[in-house]
Amino acid sequence: MNRTISTDKSRETAGRLHKFNIAGQSLCALASGALWWPDQKMLTVSDLHFGKSGRILRRSGPFLPPYDTRETLARLESDIENCGANNIVCLGDSFDDIQATQDLDDSELSWIKHLQAGRQWVWIAGNHDPAPFSIGGSHLNEFCQSGLTFRHIALPTATAEVSGHYHPKYSVRLTGRRISRPCFIYDENRLILPAYGTYTGGLKSSDDALQSLFSKDARVVITGTTTHVFPLN
Amino acid sequence: MSVLPVSFTQWFDARGWAIHPHQTAMLKQANLPALLLIAPTGGGKTLAGFLPSLVEMGSDTREGLHTLYISPLKALAADIARNLSTPISEIGLPIRVEHRTGDTSATKKKRQRADPPHILLTTPESLALLLSFEDAPRMFAGLQRVVVDEIHALAENKRGDQLMLCLARLQKMCPQMRRVGLSATVEDPDAIARYLARHPDPCEIIHADPGPDPDIQMMVLDTPPPWAGGGAAYAIGAVLDEVKRHKTTLIFHNTRAQAEIFFHKLWLENSESLPIGIHHGSLAREQRERVEAAMVAGQLRAIVCTGSLDLGIDWGDVDLVIQIGAPKNVKRLVQRIGRANHRYNSPSKAILVPANRFEIIECVAALQAVKAHDLDGDPRSSGPRDVLCQHILIAACAGPFNADQLHAEVYSSGDYSALSRADFDDCLNFVATGGYALSSYDRWQRLHLTPDGFWHLRDPRLAAKIRMNIGTIQDTDLLPVRLKNRMGGKPLGEVEEYFASTLTPGDTFLIGGKVVRYDSLNEQVVQVTPNPAKKPKVAVFSGTKFSCSTQLSERILRLFQMGPWPDLPRHTADWLALQATVSKLPEPGRILVESFVDDGREYTCIYGFAGRNAMQTLGLLLTQHMETAGLHPLGFVATDYATLIWGLEPVHDPAPLFEKAVLKSVFEGWLAGNAVMKRTFKNAATIAGLIERRSIHAKKSGRQTSFSSDILYDTLCKYDPEHVMLKITREEAMKGLVDFSRIEDMLARTHGRVDHRVLDRVSPFAAPLFLEMGRVPVDGSGNERLLSAAAEQVMTQVGIG
Repeated sequence: MNRTISTDKSRETAGRLHKFNIAGQSLCALASGALWWPDQKMLTVSDLHFGKSGRILRRSGPFLPPYDTRETLARLESDIENCGANNIVCLGDSFDDIQATQDLDDSELSWIKHLQAGRQWVWIAGNHDPAPFSIGGSHLNEFCQSGLTFRHIALPTATAEVSGHYHPKYSVRLTGRRISRPCFIYDENRLILPAYGTYTGGLKSSDDALQSLFSKDARVVITGTTTHVFPLN
Repeated sequence: MSVLPVSFTQWFDARGWAIHPHQTAMLKQANLPALLLIAPTGGGKTLAGFLPSLVEMGSDTREGLHTLYISPLKALAADIARNLSTPISEIGLPIRVEHRTGDTSATKKKRQRADPPHILLTTPESLALLLSFEDAPRMFAGLQRVVVDEIHALAENKRGDQLMLCLARLQKMCPQMRRVGLSATVEDPDAIARYLARHPDPCEIIHADPGPDPDIQMMVLDTPPPWAGGGAAYAIGAVLDEVKRHKTTLIFHNTRAQAEIFFHKLWLENSESLPIGIHHGSLAREQRERVEAAMVAGQLRAIVCTGSLDLGIDWGDVDLVIQIGAPKNVKRLVQRIGRANHRYNSPSKAILVPANRFEIIECVAALQAVKAHDLDGDPRSSGPRDVLCQHILIAACAGPFNADQLHAEVYSSGDYSALSRADFDDCLNFVATGGYALSSYDRWQRLHLTPDGFWHLRDPRLAAKIRMNIGTIQDTDLLPVRLKNRMGGKPLGEVEEYFASTLTPGDTFLIGGKVVRYDSLNEQVVQVTPNPAKKPKVAVFSGTKFSCSTQLSERILRLFQMGPWPDLPRHTADWLALQATVSKLPEPGRILVESFVDDGREYTCIYGFAGRNAMQTLGLLLTQHMETAGLHPLGFVATDYATLIWGLEPVHDPAPLFEKAVLKSVFEGWLAGNAVMKRTFKNAATIAGLIERRSIHAKKSGRQTSFSSDILYDTLCKYDPEHVMLKITREEAMKGLVDFSRIEDMLARTHGRVDHRVLDRVSPFAAPLFLEMGRVPVDGSGNERLLSAAAEQVMTQVGIG
């Protein structure tokens, strides 16, 4: 396992996207938090948490602005259109719970259907949405494509794996300030995506749960308006 | 009621006390529905407030609550309980007095609800919580009087607004209830009276003899103070000398961080080991109580303190107040000075210690204002609606309510009497349904309306959650600091979560006068070990930075025109003269702008004298405007009197920057996206119940932190820009941190009269600004540039790129 991590030859550390390789596959981490795989025309997003505001309310929490689902959809639509994606993989926790799949507003449901039209669409099961639900697309526990395995929660022993679940975020100290943003983390074996959903918090990249999954020369790609690459440690 | 019963007179005689005229007046007018006493500290104010209650209960031994006493400080409630016990036991009155705060045990709290004492001493938050229970009407039945202590302090913040809404609630339960307010000297007693009374009832005001004018001076040393900073370290020796010359000294600071640093340095020079303590709001309760007890016992020669001692326990032995740093506000200065020498009819003694050169001017202006009895203050604005939202939630906890009745009740609270029914309904709608333009999740709304016109909580379990969120104190996520050991560690105090996040193990900071080493963050507790040897990093505590008041700023501007300034120390007068020669002194009706180059950067310095918050806003607005104009501003720093902006391109003609229409339009566009609005939103949304306060429990469970309130703000701005929470945020920001009204005042005062000086070097007035802390980087494309540079650097370090 002494392969060095190959970053894009252009040696850019900032831009709209960051190109890198895992298991010989060329992937792009987008500033939006989505993963673009040009060879497969495949866009992967993780932890959409549709319907989170509704679930919080059902559990007697505060009545948060119920616009999270459409905001997430708007960003997803723009990524799909900008990339020209034919294949979409939602990497689990797409819905905040199963009730949320039924509570969708009609306009939100038809928006999803509109995005699905003419595209391959895979819903990977997550811990929030473990069972298949009644919205179209393939419902799978994991998904393999050209040597890469897509699943919700990383397996410590896996290689060539793409997952989500942890909502990683990375913070940078800048002259007396600290900027904290959702991030991708990758090394030679695996990639973990940031949460794409609007109302999602994050887990610090320094947390043991994340650190234990990665080798010492792992990289983080922070998201936002542009991507920036930092070493994980 | 005009006569003091014999038993009372005998008690006064036995103590060798004469009853004060204002205490008699309070007794005589005790039957009025609202009564405000304005008295200096030490004027027997508290006894004046309680005397009518004691007299009434001396002749009427009914069970149940007679008098409710509200204080902004928990410590004060406990202290008053002790103080009242003396006359009650010595006169032999059949009166039970108890206090109730967040620190009272659950068993005792429960018992108090079932069997209330005659006199209950509590805080606004504890009262709000009591009113959220269904049995509140039973507990408060028969309540005769409510005494609001330190009402001048409560009237300045949302705790007071919440209290007044609670009094309206109480008044409805107890129509016979009379209101009494006890206040320090204020600039507008009528405003406080209107605030206290049930609207539109009148309120009688009793003025106690204010006593002689204070003996107040500015400390002038051979060593001039430094050009910038707030530490006043240069004066430590002289302050120690004053402490030695006096019995007990209170040393006030404007911020907690400054108090900590000063205390640390004071002890380094305290060769005689004079007993000196420290007291501020970020210290652990145990620490504060120890200092208070030592003070009461007369064991301390001085206390280094902050606003946490602005109010509270009467310490009769204080004979000197030292104010470190400019007072910013004349009224607060006068109230602080009043803490010295509580013996009635002898002058309070105070010394002002300017922390830097500019503060000398501010101190001299403040001295003139004190002499002229010219107190400052802002006119009262209408009651904040985030507090109203919380009040509606509390009402719903107590049981079903009718909107018309609740509105009538709210209307009877002075600051809310101008609130339109539509604005009230917006708040009710927000509490009940979220108030969103998109109506989804209807069946989950928090309150539902039954056909009889009453609003009910949908889920009774909500009540517990609502109760946990009661209160308006803005606690910016604080983390406890503890000494690390096996037993869990001694609590030292609290620091802001943000500050904790900037620490790396091995860093040192000051807390409670100790230098401690940061070891780890364990289950949301900052663990530290003592580290007396190292030089501390500065601790950042929460705590407001006060803006210099309008009145004081105007005095300073007038002072500039009165050269050659015989009242000012020579070095300061020389500095002003040099500024006049090299550039120009700012004038009351004009804006002075200086431009110069230093170290390759283009600087623009604006002397607006609009107070720190407004000058900060001005900095944000102007840099935004400059960014659009392609001047590439990089950052700015603001003080009470000036904003210094630096960038890559010079400003050739500043006058158009100050056209009201331009600033206003930039303001409108800027307001939505800026950090101040997001912070204001977070505070308002927490009070209004949109965001739950993070309990310690919630922090421990769930490793993923909750998402930022900024996301909620951005989402609302995008999808529901007319939402009531955004309107409330805007109202609050305009009043508070944004302070746009003072920018408008500045524009009105100057009418576009801008003096532009292009200099070949830094001016004498601008030089200290280079040393100011709190530089604000411009959050534009520069941010991404910085991130790129940082990423390049670390990637190069690890051998890539």
